[in-house]
Amino acid sequence: MVVANKYEMVCGLEVHVELQTKTKIFCSCTTEFGGEQNTHVCPVCLGMPGALPVLNREVVNYAIKAGLALNCEIAEFSKFDRKNYFYPDLSKNYQTSQFDLPICGKGGLEIEVDGEKKWIGITRAHMEEDAGKLVHSGDTITTSNESSVDYNRAGVPLLEIVSEPDMRSIPEVLAYLEKLVQILEYTEVSDCRLEQGSVRFDINVSLRPMGATTLGTRTETKNLNSFSSVRRCMEYEIARQARVLDAGEKVVQETRTWDEGQGVTLTLRSKEEAHDYRYFPEPDLAPLVIDREWVERIHKTLPELPEARRARLQVLGLSAYDAGVITQSKALSDFFDAALSSYEDAKTLANWVMGDVTRLLNTNQCSVVDSPISAAQLAELLGLIDKGTISGKIAKSVLEDMYSTGKDAGVIVKEKGLAQISDEGALLGIIDDVISANPQSAEDYRAGKDRAIGFLVGQIMKATKGQANPGLVNKLLKEKLS
Amino acid sequence: MESVSIGKSVSELHELLVHKDISSTELTKAYIDRIQAVDPDLQAYLTVLEDEAMAQAAEVDQKIAQGETLKPLEGIPMALKDNMCTEGIRTSCASKMLENFIPPYNATVTNRLRAAGTILLGKLNMDEFAMGSSTENSYFTKTRNPWNLECVPGGSSGGSAVAVAGDEATFTLGSDTGGSIRQPAAFCGVVGMKPTYGAVSRLGLIAFASSLDQIGPFTKTVRDNALVMNAIAGYDALDSTSVPYETPDYTKFLVNDIKGLRIGIPREYFGEGIDPDVAKGIKAGIQTLIDLGAEVAECSLPHTEYAIPAYYLIATAEASSNLARYDGVRYGYRADSNDVLGMFKKTRAEGFGQEVKRRIMLGTYALSSGYYDAYYLKAQKVRTLIKQDFDKAFEKFDVLLSPTAPTPAFKFGEKSADPLAMYLSDITTVPINLAGIPAISIPAGFVNGLPIGMQLMGKAFGEGALYRVAYTFEQNTNYHSLKPNLSGEVLTCGSR
Amino acid sequence: MSISREDVEYVAALARLELTEQETQEYTEQLNSILGYAAMLERLDTTDVVPTAHAVPLHNVLREDQVGSSINHEKALRNAPDGEEGFFRVPKISLT
Ligand SMILES: [Zn+2]
Repeated sequence: MVVANKYEMVCGLEVHVELQTKTKIFCSCTTEFGGEQNTHVCPVCLGMPGALPVLNREVVNYAIKAGLALNCEIAEFSKFDRKNYFYPDLSKNYQTSQFDLPICGKGGLEIEVDGEKKWIGITRAHMEEDAGKLVHSGDTITTSNESSVDYNRAGVPLLEIVSEPDMRSIPEVLAYLEKLVQILEYTEVSDCRLEQGSVRFDINVSLRPMGATTLGTRTETKNLNSFSSVRRCMEYEIARQARVLDAGEKVVQETRTWDEGQGVTLTLRSKEEAHDYRYFPEPDLAPLVIDREWVERIHKTLPELPEARRARLQVLGLSAYDAGVITQSKALSDFFDAALSSYEDAKTLANWVMGDVTRLLNTNQCSVVDSPISAAQLAELLGLIDKGTISGKIAKSVLEDMYSTGKDAGVIVKEKGLAQISDEGALLGIIDDVISANPQSAEDYRAGKDRAIGFLVGQIMKATKGQANPGLVNKLLKEKLS
Repeated sequence: MESVSIGKSVSELHELLVHKDISSTELTKAYIDRIQAVDPDLQAYLTVLEDEAMAQAAEVDQKIAQGETLKPLEGIPMALKDNMCTEGIRTSCASKMLENFIPPYNATVTNRLRAAGTILLGKLNMDEFAMGSSTENSYFTKTRNPWNLECVPGGSSGGSAVAVAGDEATFTLGSDTGGSIRQPAAFCGVVGMKPTYGAVSRLGLIAFASSLDQIGPFTKTVRDNALVMNAIAGYDALDSTSVPYETPDYTKFLVNDIKGLRIGIPREYFGEGIDPDVAKGIKAGIQTLIDLGAEVAECSLPHTEYAIPAYYLIATAEASSNLARYDGVRYGYRADSNDVLGMFKKTRAEGFGQEVKRRIMLGTYALSSGYYDAYYLKAQKVRTLIKQDFDKAFEKFDVLLSPTAPTPAFKFGEKSADPLAMYLSDITTVPINLAGIPAISIPAGFVNGLPIGMQLMGKAFGEGALYRVAYTFEQNTNYHSLKPNLSGEVLTCGSR
Repeated sequence: MSISREDVEYVAALARLELTEQETQEYTEQLNSILGYAAMLERLDTTDVVPTAHAVPLHNVLREDQVGSSINHEKALRNAPDGEEGFFRVPKISLT
């Protein structure tokens, strides 16, 4: 990003993702969100004297899975280390994390901004435990005279994914984050519920003069949990650093915090106060030896990732845009694929899924996973159109009925007598009636005014309450008038 | 009744219980009385659980009455070092920090001893957080050596050693990070075993140095020691460092025969700093073993002198992290302050004693940025060299032998002014913890009326060989049956 | 390598220990004496030596992902110096 043509922005990200295991990383407490404070706790996650950790196998499986989906090397030997620092939400005053031998090594993913593709490198990804939650008596941490700690979240497994400082603009950062979250959601290693804090972002930003090759001094802003706050925070921080540099001053290397309400970043601690984490190998946990068979086993469980799905849908005739919309979320994409297994016309299906189905779900604030219309039901409905049983227009109202009643399309068509009239004999009688009631229009058509036929078709549809098969009506009417 | 039962070994008491010569209630009461009689002098106990113990004993007696078969430790009164968690019973680590801490769970050893039917008499004094070699670092009281009340009992498991030596419990458990079972066992003239790292679960043992800590038994006899090991050793899925290893019946190693057994004498363990009288006593013991048919030869563990600095860097580094959790938030002592940083600093300044703070400082320094490679990493590499020394020695020998401690018990205050001097006296014990191997201390004579201990070291999971040598030595000497002359009338020895 | 008073103050801050003037002096002396002794390790060439972090080498010690019993509120907070309404309370959190 070019700031007033003077500076180039350089950004790298650390993303913390809560893994979707049933239990915590080192104890068998549930990871369920919510729950009364300090009820999902035990001696281990409360850091009681004498308590010992035991690693959850599923955490390792998920970390490997995410690593594979992010094109990372999976380490053959990996270990845990203690990161020592004092904070009231950290029950042992050290965080069990991974320092020099993380489970996932170099990887990366491709983003696309304004049609330009770019590879964003991933440095590493490592497993660690989450901290508890602080609840403040006042509005913010700084204005509260007292705080309370809830350790329900302490020990929930996290994967911290560290990117290279490869991003140069806010759109690139957002594209990277969207893509990353999408992949994590597809691999089902995380529920990716941003609003519950299950994905958190730390942003490292620095500016440097245009053309410079060395990096400027960076700041790290911690703990953002939505794409919109990432964007606002970066806009603020870039402008702030530019002002500092413009004034001929130096950016201070420090950790900052984003104040959502005021829309500003604030100093959390400067480099001089930065923690000396005193990492050392966790003596209470044995290291991990991950052989190729283990990696292969996990590899087999990897779902088709969004990129591959998009390519497949394009082969089936969808535009790049449509394929992108469908694969945006795994849930929608899974719904689409399920319908596709019993309805062949991908293009028509895509129009319905992106159009009426999505609109219905949105108006009812319903997620696709909870959709009262199943993929198979949608496929049946579209089949009825193709067979000529109902028109596309009728199908739209049938879809609404399906949404509210949960009934199959066929049942609704039958109950409401919505089937199209395709019986030539019945239609010919109605056509005769309409022609005799509108002799002028018939005359106009015969005289070469093609448009007059439209009026006559409309009248026939009106007489049949829209149930006449429009193609058949057209054909029969033309024969009659010729 | 007391004078008959008190002071007997676990295996003797088991026979008395089986034959209904005594009830568990009578036995337990006798020990409670004994504690009340001698503990004002000895100060081994921090907590005595009279009511709970009597209730447990009554349950065992009911089982006896119903004709149920008694397990080897069933109905036997014992006590635990106060760093092993006991649900609902204060576990203080002899620290002001945990003065009122009531664990919500049991240590695995607590559960296993309960399942074995033992009676818990109480919790025993120790150096605060197991840091020390004299039990002088307890926040609560100074435990005294039954052989000379002016002398320390050793440490850090001083209370555990004294309770057995002073007949205040049939057996006890201690923990050993750098000698904390073996050195007090030697100072008090009892048998103390530090098992192989990973043989006994550490779950519920309040950590000092996680990669070195190990729980083990104090007993009057080698047989008793093997019996207690049978009850406490074995894999625990809740301790990630517990080794999945099928534990043998340790009593099957108790044969009075060491013919052809190869015993190595590491010359570095008889060097500078070893009291000549102690060396002389141990050499006499070696002669006894030779006479019994052992093949004895000198050997070398060349990196021994580096063990002290390596040990103190690793142990204090781990401790600095293990003890970070004591911050006044979730449990333990809390000092008043109107901000959390001040609260942390004051709580820890006031809640920890001098030695604990000194070690936290040392360990924090060793891990801090810029010093990690020179101290902590270097120490871990030296640890590898020390391990390799032992591996090499065990290619030639079944067991290694040395004095347990360089001197007999010393006087109170004698070493507390100079921490380094105190650390240096651990030279014969810390290499064993660094290597993770087992070692036992057995009574091997007296110097100036104070017991000395012989240390036998084995390969990992080689406790059996140690028991064999220890048992044979015990059967052919009488040091273990000598008793300190404590005031009071309950000193009658058992039948031995 | 000698340890200055500032080093001791820095370490005390890291370890969250408030030291008295006397303690600061004592620890400066004692740490110097202990680490001076530890300097003997420099005599050993350990370039190609692999460090030992665990006494007994184990790997892949894992637990199945099955929910077990958590402890109840009362037990969780029983030892809390300041526990209220199911929370552990702490005084003002100062950021710097
Ligand atoms: Zn837990």
